[in-house]
Amino acid sequence: MSGNRVRITHPRTDAARRVPARPVIHEIDEQTQLGEVYMTSLVRSQRRLALLVCSLTALLLGGTALVGALVPGFSRLRLFGISVPWLALGVLVYPLMIALGAYAVRHAERNERDFTALVERK
Amino acid sequence: MTHGYAIGAVAAVAVTTVAVGALGLRRARTTSDFYVASRVVSPRWNAAAIGGEYLSAASFLGIAGLILAFGYDVLWYPVGYTAGYLILLAVVAAPLRRSGAYTLPDFAEIRLGSPVVRRLASLLVVLIGWLYLVPQLQGAALTLRTQTGAPHWLGGLVVVGVVLCAVAIGGMRSITFAQAFQFWLKFTALLVPAIAVLSVWHQRHDTIGDGYPTVPRSTTVTVSSATTVRVEQPETLVIHGAVDGRPVGGPVTLARGEYHLGANTRVDLRAGDVVPVVTSLPTQHNADWLRPLGSGQDHPLYASLSLMLAICLGTMGLPHVLVRFYTNPDGRDARRTTLIVIAFLSSFYLLPTLFGAFGRRYVPDLLLTGNTDATVLLLPERMLAGLPGTLLGALVTAGAFAAFLSTASGLTVSVAGVLSQDVVRRRPDPRRAHRIRAFRLSAILAIGVPYLLSLPSERIGLAAVVGLAFAVAASSFCPLLVLGIWWRRLTDAGTVAGLVCGGVLASIAVLITVVGGRERGWLGALLEQPAACTVPLAFAVMIGVSLLTRSRVPADVGRVMVRLHVPESLDLARARPARGNRSSPATDRSSQAPPPLADASATPTD
Repeated sequence: MSGNRVRITHPRTDAARRVPARPVIHEIDEQTQLGEVYMTSLVRSQRRLALLVCSLTALLLGGTALVGALVPGFSRLRLFGISVPWLALGVLVYPLMIALGAYAVRHAERNERDFTALVERK
Repeated sequence: MTHGYAIGAVAAVAVTTVAVGALGLRRARTTSDFYVASRVVSPRWNAAAIGGEYLSAASFLGIAGLILAFGYDVLWYPVGYTAGYLILLAVVAAPLRRSGAYTLPDFAEIRLGSPVVRRLASLLVVLIGWLYLVPQLQGAALTLRTQTGAPHWLGGLVVVGVVLCAVAIGGMRSITFAQAFQFWLKFTALLVPAIAVLSVWHQRHDTIGDGYPTVPRSTTVTVSSATTVRVEQPETLVIHGAVDGRPVGGPVTLARGEYHLGANTRVDLRAGDVVPVVTSLPTQHNADWLRPLGSGQDHPLYASLSLMLAICLGTMGLPHVLVRFYTNPDGRDARRTTLIVIAFLSSFYLLPTLFGAFGRRYVPDLLLTGNTDATVLLLPERMLAGLPGTLLGALVTAGAFAAFLSTASGLTVSVAGVLSQDVVRRRPDPRRAHRIRAFRLSAILAIGVPYLLSLPSERIGLAAVVGLAFAVAASSFCPLLVLGIWWRRLTDAGTVAGLVCGGVLASIAVLITVVGGRERGWLGALLEQPAACTVPLAFAVMIGVSLLTRSRVPADVGRVMVRLHVPESLDLARARPARGNRSSPATDRSSQAPPPLADASATPTD
């Protein structure tokens, strides 16, 4: 259509700068060294989150077990006539687990959004 | 008449299950591309479907029974069943969905590209599936016997029949809707009686005392087979039958100690009588029963923690769990679905606790026979007289049957898929008729073997046997999934070593516990709850051997990592080839992975 037209621009314009910008997603897709750097950062942030959530779960459940085992008066505590250990392990841990799960979902999605923004940056 | 309602409830559940399966088949045939369908399925439906398949006999009946017998320490079971999904959410949900794997062997092959690992993973899926199926069938037998007096072998056979029927006409598991329906049925079947029981209890101002459990009103217990029971405090009981080999017929004075009751001995417990407890269960004061670590087991803290580890890490390795994640359109929805699953399970698991605690007060006579898994079934009728009690009993029976059917069919399809792909039919067979025949043969094998295993009625609680299945899954598939997703240097040799080491050790422990009876002391605690040892060991072996065989790291690990972790919103041409363009069959098994029952009917769709 316009094969014989030559466009002459100053090299510092936007148009000129956009030319060599290969989409980062191709670097990732083809596993170039640059792509690996991006991937490492994503996997690392997600892994850190996974470890954090697992540790908090372990803390919550392990903590409940240890309090039950090691604090002597704990098992005799009553609230509205219901044994506190039963209330803790039979009821209260569940909302805490839901909260932990919501935290995990929110932050995992945020990590992915950050990554997407980084990759699609103009 | 009581039996009539219960039989009607079971029949209704069975017919509905098969009917919904048949309807789903028709829809599945018109839905050529289930990806399109799955986008219609919202995370909430998916979550209910996962819950429907996950809540098994162990959850529905087993937990309440164990709470009645052992007390506080059993609360760890439902907490663990829920926490398992929390770990799954945090560690594997999204990457597993993005891998495109339909079964665990698929994931192993996608990640490591090794047929040996695939074969080994298949073997483990079958083992875990069978271990999980046995208690489902035993639970069905127990339910039918308790509610209708049917012989022991019949209940399991009914489940086997309905499951095979549903699988033959298209796989009930294929329909998200069917499983979601099962979830709400189970939830309602526990919630309504729970509310009724709570209100009755509220009017009575009853509490669980500190002493040994006593029957609240006159109850007649008949032991069907010879049983040894323990009497904790001297009392006079009315017994007809044989005690320690002597025939008796009337009041018998028993000192503290153990007594052998002959088969068909009848014990008439009057209100206030302390219940003799079968020797396989602990005799505890209610005060101990209420207390943490008061269950009378050896090393209860170790047992609790090890059980938690097994359940938390084993959930991700259950054969029927992964398949459900496939219905999610992408990794993000897989996470959101898992979160809703956690919320659903959290609401459900409040109920068995309630039943178990009330059971201690109102059906303690189950301690005499050791038949504590019947707690949920009997409690409504004991607390509510007349028709309401009978109807609630029938509702609970229906829920219990829904529990067996949904879990059993999910497991059967998963195990059969693996069997037909990797065992019955070694080479890919292009002919559709052959694939279907192989799959149906595998389905019979998948549920027939556990049915035979379930016939000798072992007296280990349902939830305990399921706990052992979790231990094997946690010691084998958990390291494979966690390291496979998060660690690039995993090799096929390391995986084989880890799977063999963890799988074999945990299986040996299970075998000894199930077959050989219980040991005392540390050895017994270790064998009953092996996870705390076998899981770290499996991880260590997998990592160690992988580091020693560095040269065997798969060449395409970078590509697989990209596929597992990069969100779907980014367009990947190489790592995640567009559908319909399956260029590398060796590593991308997802195209051929769904069980070859039929082209569309076996894939989860809606």
